[in-house]
Amino acid sequence: MDYFLSFIAAVILAGTPILFGTVGEIINEKAGNLNLGVEGMMALGACAGFMAGYLLGNPALAIAASFLAGAAGALIYAVLTVTFMANQTVVGLTLTIFGVGFSNFTGEYMLTHSANNTLKIPENVMRALGGLNIQGLSALPIAGKILFSYNIFVYLGIAVAIIAGYYLKRTKIGLSVRAIGENPAAADAAGIKVAPLKYLNIVVGGGICGIGGAYASIITCGGVWMSNSVNGLGWIAVALVIFASWNPIKAILGSYVFGAFSILKYYVPKSYIPAPNAFYDMLPFLVTALILVIASIRDSKENSQPAGCGINYFREER
Amino acid sequence: MKRVLAIAIASMLLLSAFGCSGQQVSQTPTDSPAQSQTDAQSQSAIGRSPMPKENIKVGVIHIGDPSAGSGYTYTHDVGIQEMQSNLGLSDSQIIRKNNVDDGDPTMTETAIRECIEEGANIIVATSWGYMDTCEALASEFPNVIFSHGTGYKSNGENFNNYFGRIYQARYLSGIAAGLKTKSNKIGYVAAMGKENSEVTGGLNAFAMGIASVNPDAKVYVKVTNSWFDPNEETNSAKALIALGCDVIGQHCDTPNPQLEAESSGVWGVGYNSDMTKDAPNAVITSVIWNWGVYYTQLAQSVIDGTWTAANYFGGMDDGLVDITPLSSLAEPGTSEKVEEARARIKDGSFNVFDGLIKTNDGQTVGAEGETLDDAAITGGINWYYENVVVE
Repeated sequence: MDYFLSFIAAVILAGTPILFGTVGEIINEKAGNLNLGVEGMMALGACAGFMAGYLLGNPALAIAASFLAGAAGALIYAVLTVTFMANQTVVGLTLTIFGVGFSNFTGEYMLTHSANNTLKIPENVMRALGGLNIQGLSALPIAGKILFSYNIFVYLGIAVAIIAGYYLKRTKIGLSVRAIGENPAAADAAGIKVAPLKYLNIVVGGGICGIGGAYASIITCGGVWMSNSVNGLGWIAVALVIFASWNPIKAILGSYVFGAFSILKYYVPKSYIPAPNAFYDMLPFLVTALILVIASIRDSKENSQPAGCGINYFREER
Repeated sequence: MKRVLAIAIASMLLLSAFGCSGQQVSQTPTDSPAQSQTDAQSQSAIGRSPMPKENIKVGVIHIGDPSAGSGYTYTHDVGIQEMQSNLGLSDSQIIRKNNVDDGDPTMTETAIRECIEEGANIIVATSWGYMDTCEALASEFPNVIFSHGTGYKSNGENFNNYFGRIYQARYLSGIAAGLKTKSNKIGYVAAMGKENSEVTGGLNAFAMGIASVNPDAKVYVKVTNSWFDPNEETNSAKALIALGCDVIGQHCDTPNPQLEAESSGVWGVGYNSDMTKDAPNAVITSVIWNWGVYYTQLAQSVIDGTWTAANYFGGMDDGLVDITPLSSLAEPGTSEKVEEARARIKDGSFNVFDGLIKTNDGQTVGAEGETLDDAAITGGINWYYENVVVE
């Protein structure tokens, strides 16, 4: 039983960084911009969040810095694709390479200027960002462990996903966002300002990705700087957007499913199911492919990629 | 419009043609001095003539960046720096090529060629995947010495291999872990599975060290299938702790398993460099490499003219491998047991893989009164010791 509870807790933790990446990317794609730079924006957030925690010793500033760094990376993407109409796929891939490189470069610069080749975030920051311990609640027999024992990012991630879902589905501005994602020309004709709204979504989405990066560099790596701490999580997030059918609320469940797939190989006893690790590594992408197929058979407009996603909007060519 | 495009394409083609020929031109002169040198020292490979210290130039091929934390590349580079200061070489006598992907032969070849063009006469290639490229380039540049780490090939002339008996140090760390555990479950994050003799041999030595002091303890293994993956290493350590393991050993590059042990309030045994600096409240000791021992010996023998292409497989008596001094977290009495085993390994009365060894699937390896030879240790350990559990 304890083992199972540990598994559930580990699933939630493994899913959290990809939840941020996925929600950020959904907000991007809903506005009609396919941003493949999630990995890069997460890396930028990982670096900025870590360094803010390390240098300033303040947990709130660490999260804020990771948001700002992700947003800054996204701003580059927004300027290039929205204003200068550059190819979205290419710019996104470039952002990934840039983000990972910049993050490692900064980390290595800091390391060479550190006392013993280690950067370690101060204890007080790690305690503030670490596991919750609510008097009474965290000590509850089962619920305590699977509901009230996580670090702050877990709750923040769920909150961000719910807010993003509400924003896209229930607010007036969210309706406009969905409109420019589906058909920017029609939205423009209806008086929606396409470019500013795209900027807003891309930048905020990038910031959310950045927080996911901070999870990887601060929580996963236990407060010690590690190059390449994001290491592919951003790409899993891109696949998860499809799995969640562009819905931030579904992304919560989806990221935990992906989280479960990613750690299943360590928890399923090999004496019961002697499957190789590679089998488990394949599962999330197999399921994504299946979901794509099912979605295309059902042909539901709501559960598919926004029609205008990936295509730049030339106002003059209306 | 079309004409402009055509001109553009044509000029691009022209440029690329120049580019290619430019490369060829720049390569030729590097070949000819190498050849003329060969002519000058006609004795060539066998019985190399001594080389003045000032003429030594070492090209180092790193798979990562030395400044990227506690792991593999950092440890190698510390060894290079040690060699440099031991021999008093200047900074310009060391050429570093960092982040050279060892799965990319073209990149490897380019990095090595660049070193040679810059005048390197010793190439130190630190990762497994550089092996075949080194072998090929060694025959093209007979006057450059190629020393390749962690593999097994050599050509008897100017290309050798170096590695170490890390299993000796792992045996000692197993003693510390076996005495420490309360739950009699010890975890091990392994980069590679059974098929990798280096990882599996080290794990078995660790398990044998544990069994020597604590016959009831079991070693639980999780394989990440990657030498470096922060997320996987954290997740697998978490799973081991969930199984009830209270000491976490590792054969992977990041200190994440130790950090996970620290945050879960259990203990661990680090690897590569001293991981106490990363997780001071968890690390009992770390299994470490002192590559400087070999690198110093390599450069010194080239200076003296005594270098041969014999493969190097150094152990604890050379100081190449060791464990760091036990931290205050070690159980009382650990130090005595460790020192006793260390003495037996150093005087040769104990070689870790001695006698008849029981595997965890009911088979046996080796024979009474014998010990596994080096070929079996470097390439043939594809079994787990009897107290190892793969879950």
